[in-house]
Amino acid sequence: MYSQFFEPELESMSREQIEALQLERLKKTVRHCMNNEFYRKKFAEAGITPDDIKSLADVRRLPFTTKQDLRETYPFGMSCVPMKDCVRLHSSSGTTGNPTVILHTKKDLDEWANQVARNLWMVGLRPDDVFQNSSGYGMFTGGLGFQYGAEKLGMLTVPAAAGNSLRQIKFIKDFGTTAIHAVPSYVTRLYEVMKEEGVDPRRDTKLKVLAIGAEPHSEEQRKRIEDMMGVKAYNSFGMSEMCGPGVGFECPEQNGMHFWEDYYIVEIVDPDTLEPVPDGEIGELVLTTLCREAMPLLRYRTRDLTRVLGRSCPCGRNHVRIDRMKGRSDDMMVLRGVNIFPIQIEKILMQFSELANNYLITLTTDEENDNMTVEVELAQPTDDYKQLQTLEKEIRRRLKDEILLTPIVKLVPLGSLPVSEGKAVRVIDKRKVYS
Amino acid sequence: MTIPQLSIFIENRSGTLIKVLDALKEANIQIIASTIADTAEYGIYRLICSEPMRAYEELKKANVAVALSDVFAIEIDDKPGRAAEAVKVFSEAGISITYLYSFLLRGKGILIFRTDDGEKAISVINANHLKSIDESALTQWA
Repeated sequence: MYSQFFEPELESMSREQIEALQLERLKKTVRHCMNNEFYRKKFAEAGITPDDIKSLADVRRLPFTTKQDLRETYPFGMSCVPMKDCVRLHSSSGTTGNPTVILHTKKDLDEWANQVARNLWMVGLRPDDVFQNSSGYGMFTGGLGFQYGAEKLGMLTVPAAAGNSLRQIKFIKDFGTTAIHAVPSYVTRLYEVMKEEGVDPRRDTKLKVLAIGAEPHSEEQRKRIEDMMGVKAYNSFGMSEMCGPGVGFECPEQNGMHFWEDYYIVEIVDPDTLEPVPDGEIGELVLTTLCREAMPLLRYRTRDLTRVLGRSCPCGRNHVRIDRMKGRSDDMMVLRGVNIFPIQIEKILMQFSELANNYLITLTTDEENDNMTVEVELAQPTDDYKQLQTLEKEIRRRLKDEILLTPIVKLVPLGSLPVSEGKAVRVIDKRKVYS
Repeated sequence: MTIPQLSIFIENRSGTLIKVLDALKEANIQIIASTIADTAEYGIYRLICSEPMRAYEELKKANVAVALSDVFAIEIDDKPGRAAEAVKVFSEAGISITYLYSFLLRGKGILIFRTDDGEKAISVINANHLKSIDESALTQWA
């Protein structure tokens, strides 16, 4: 008979035990950061030393770190261990400048796998389950992250990767897949293909669990996915800066994601004042790693907006429960799993002399996909249709090169887009993913 | 040989056309002929009017996306087959007509069109003694 926990002692700690362990690990992490030039400078600027960390609240004396820090120290400037101790590197696409690099030691990888294994165990998966990871591999951390975690749990793990839905469905049937990890939009796609092929997930598969993440989605979307596939779908939170998936995951209560507080200090701060907000109030998620060797990150500003739902749970875990992400404190958009900043779009549009400066990005969802519409004002009207069509096509092509997906491009007359007072509204998100 | 035409870029949305027409009405400009070609997203509203230069300035003032361009205007008899005869000389010369619209004025047919080769079109018009109309005719029409 299995325990309900993958690591009973750590998962069922009381709040006092969690906080005592956090303080011990925070002290160790801050001392470890002193091995790195970047952090030594940051500490000096903030006027603190590792000895100043006496209570858990002292975490607030530490400087914040940001994606910008990772870019500026690209590629290895934030490493706290000799390079010979690093065994893995994950990198973001770097579409808005230098990519970000995250290094891992062997122990880092093992701890990462451990978090993922806890998550999958938490939702009822055991070594006799078959786990199909229908997520991109390579640099995308959802691939290897879930692979190692599922293996660590002891499941038969199928690295199916994303795409080729017919083959996915064959695997699900032939291998008796009981759990799938994928981005939510891909689960929907898989279901569509199942329907076309006359496969009923309830009747023809052994599926019992879905893990979905890496793409913002609403509660409604989750329910739709659960209704389609006839199984529970659990929300997963991860980001490459924190290894990848594993950081937070829903328990069977599906009332917020447990963030593993023996691995992270979780703060929610007001994005403007950077002061902590009370539990229940929305603010920016700030994470401090407590077990990382290669690249510890102190008070990393995730730019994700969310709130604390509670610090206890009927499931027996007292690790903080965090609501699904409510938005971003910067202007990053996540569309079909791709991170896009409006500035990338602007950069391309401004290369066309035919276009004026005003543009508007609208995100919508049809039945299956997230779509982006880019409306842009035409600087000079013309009597020539062909020219307009060629222009539209060229804008579409160049945008695709930049953001890796094809938006709908609409040319509009000069002065027809809303002009806002002060900061221009560039993005309207109608997807309601953050409801 | 050619007359000025206003080309207005408008969105396929209610209220966009009336904005243009109201501006012309306010300026007391007479529309002589007009046509709209549309795609799914936008249209080009082309029009011939009295005082095209003033119309252009007034529309700009009203924040309408307008361009001025020159188009051919040929007068033909109001009889069956005359348009075919006129267009035939261009096609025989290998000139494509990009767009064309027409109207009746004082018992005469007027063809307004643009070609893919303006210079060649002029020589074809001259060689075939087609009766073209120039800008001065516009004030008379109005």
